[in-house]
Amino acid sequence: MIYLDYTSTTPVREEVLESFVQTTKNFWGNPSSLHKFGLISEDLLKMARKQMKDLIDAKNYEVVFTSCATESNNLAIKGIAHRKGNNGKHLITSGVEHPSVYHTFESLREEGYDVTFLKVNKDGRIDLEELKNAIRKDTILVSLMFVNNEIGTIMPIIEVGKLLKKFPKITFHVDIVQALGKIPVKLDEMNIDLATISAHKIYGLKGSGALFVRKGIEIVSQQTGGSQEFNLRAGTVDVPSAVSLAKAMRLILNDLDKSYEYVTKLNNKVRTMLINYPEIIINSPVEQVSPYIINFSVKGVKSETFVHAFEPYEIYFSSKSACSSKISKPSRILKAIGLDDDLASNSVRISLSHLTTDIEIDELEKAFKEVINNLR
Amino acid sequence: MLYDRILIKYGELSLKGRNKHTFLDTVLRTIKHKCINFQNLEYERFYDRLFIILNNEDPFEVIDRLQTVFGLHSFSLCTKCESNIESIKTLALDVVSTEIKNPTTFKVETNRAWKEIPKTSIEISQEIARHVLKNSPQLTVDVHKPEVTLKIDIRAEGTYIMTRDILGLGGLPVGTDGKGLLMMSGGIDSPVAGFLIQKRGVGLEVMHFASPPYTSDRSIQKVVDLTEKLTKYAPNSKIKLHIVPFTKLQKAIFDYCPKSYGITIMRRMMYRICEQYANSNNFPLIVNGENLGQVASQTMYSMYAINSVTSMPIIRPLVTMDKNEIIRIAEKIETYEISIRPFEDCCTIFVPENPVTKPDVHKCLEFEKNFDYEVLIKECLDNIETMEIVEGKAFNVVTEDSSCPINDLF
Ligand SMILES: Cc1ncc(COP(=O)(O)O)c(C=O)c1O
Repeated sequence: MIYLDYTSTTPVREEVLESFVQTTKNFWGNPSSLHKFGLISEDLLKMARKQMKDLIDAKNYEVVFTSCATESNNLAIKGIAHRKGNNGKHLITSGVEHPSVYHTFESLREEGYDVTFLKVNKDGRIDLEELKNAIRKDTILVSLMFVNNEIGTIMPIIEVGKLLKKFPKITFHVDIVQALGKIPVKLDEMNIDLATISAHKIYGLKGSGALFVRKGIEIVSQQTGGSQEFNLRAGTVDVPSAVSLAKAMRLILNDLDKSYEYVTKLNNKVRTMLINYPEIIINSPVEQVSPYIINFSVKGVKSETFVHAFEPYEIYFSSKSACSSKISKPSRILKAIGLDDDLASNSVRISLSHLTTDIEIDELEKAFKEVINNLR
Repeated sequence: MLYDRILIKYGELSLKGRNKHTFLDTVLRTIKHKCINFQNLEYERFYDRLFIILNNEDPFEVIDRLQTVFGLHSFSLCTKCESNIESIKTLALDVVSTEIKNPTTFKVETNRAWKEIPKTSIEISQEIARHVLKNSPQLTVDVHKPEVTLKIDIRAEGTYIMTRDILGLGGLPVGTDGKGLLMMSGGIDSPVAGFLIQKRGVGLEVMHFASPPYTSDRSIQKVVDLTEKLTKYAPNSKIKLHIVPFTKLQKAIFDYCPKSYGITIMRRMMYRICEQYANSNNFPLIVNGENLGQVASQTMYSMYAINSVTSMPIIRPLVTMDKNEIIRIAEKIETYEISIRPFEDCCTIFVPENPVTKPDVHKCLEFEKNFDYEVLIKECLDNIETMEIVEGKAFNVVTEDSSCPINDLF
């Protein structure tokens, strides 16, 4: 198998799984229990939080463990809207957000909030001036993704952070799911208030995520129950997941520079190959883009057809983002960057990893030639 | 970075006559220890001031560390040139144009320690100010209440220019010998008392009374974490924490003495234990977070009744302070959040409903005849458990002695 869909999910690292297994076997106590065995779990939880905070310049933050990035995004966005709704009902996001953000804002709009979905340019990037103009007296939240999961665009988060520094009443939430471990992220330095991460995108386990919350920022819990996780997420905390998430984070961040350089080379190789085909249009931008993601459209070929055509070679990549790709609609993101319905329905995404080998890309090239010839 | 050095002024140190050298040595040793991670720093020591040459280390990170050293009055970021008017003019303008971007008011202040320069300080100030003003449209002069003061310090070895003074912690450098024994309960007060006594140059060891199973490992964790915060100000970043197993003695008190005297006699026992420990280690004093009037057992009379078991000085740095002042310091030294964790300590668990507010010393002595507390005190002292707490090292009481290697999990 040649797996080229690392943006959808990643295989778990051996060491991370081992940490999960050992914690599950040896320290399965409830961190809320009063007794010593529970206290061990509480200690582990504390250590996990500290490690995670130290890794992304988040000393002054709390880490709330959740079940996935989708939950973190819901908690962050609804949590702020519901806490600060009395001060203002205006929210700002972009039109290219992940569904877990986009649809959350849509549901808030139905609750009576006023949502501005910022437009993006052909590279998938918002315009700072437009953001500046969108800010009003009653704006309470700006939520943007760091790296777009479909086309890899890096949003001007640093610049937005600087801008929002002048608006202390606006909370700044960033979905850093596709940025973590791939490009440098420093929450405090970048003036980010809330940040969403997911374990299974960084070689951790499925069913595990977290929300970083700057101390002093108040959000409303989205589920009622016990007082776990600073009253923000009721339910017995999954300590093995928390511990192994901390480990996954450490390991991926350890090699950030090395992996980035390596994957950039692979990315160039794939792009060089794609350029040879006149029917292929590369949708990912050339600058300010994550090398881990290359999105392109094959003129006249539905993305599903194209993805299936590679199955006999056991080569797997994605049409649109995996989570929503079973519905056959042109991608909202690609339409937002100006593609027509046809091209937007013909888009596929190859996503790379430090695990991807040169030989795998060679195999991809060979298969590409055959598939395109057959489809012509 | 324009600034290449930090000028450090000592606090009360400058006043000390004969001990001055010892103090200066101590303070320099402490600074070097606290800044050990900045490998490029160099130190230039003068009679009444110290320069840290940055060699490209981040000045603000260095100052963060200097904010853990007592005995320092202030820090200024500064830069140096030759002691002649032209060089000073050029550098002054450089400093102003990098440091000050927004319109503001300023003045120049000159200190001419080296008299060979052929002008008075006032003349120099005026000349520099004129030169700077001519080239900086954003500035206006205000000699009374300027936003920025450009300080020029002319000395034989060179001239130093600086714009800001950042206040240090003040106090006296914490010595390496002559310690005080801090009684720490886990509440808000005792760590603040520990911080304040360190400010007067007193090194610390910490004593905590534990009453398992009435108190739990979480309470121990609390004092471990509180002590860790105090290690920041210890000259070698380490503090010894002693855990006294107090259950047996505490139970005896409640079995043999009237409930209303429970707290008073318990505190008397604690003092006795502290005194004996301090004596056998040559510590001349005991420190605690006692206050007046915060709780019924903290009246002047109960202080008298408790204190009369020892002639060793008991220093109570908080005794004149309001709760709000104490909390403000606790927040500053980051102990507040730890102190408010909701676990019982052995002071709160055996509290009777009606403690006496005017305990009588003779009655105390009478009640104490009911049982052989000397033996129990000896048992406490013999079974003290000591840990060394080190700054920045996460130390988990329970996981520390767990059989499975915890660190591999991360
Ligand atoms: C940018 C982004 N945000 C959120 C998610 C959702 O992650 P999870 O599967 O952990 O809910 C994804 C995954 O597709 C993503 O790419």
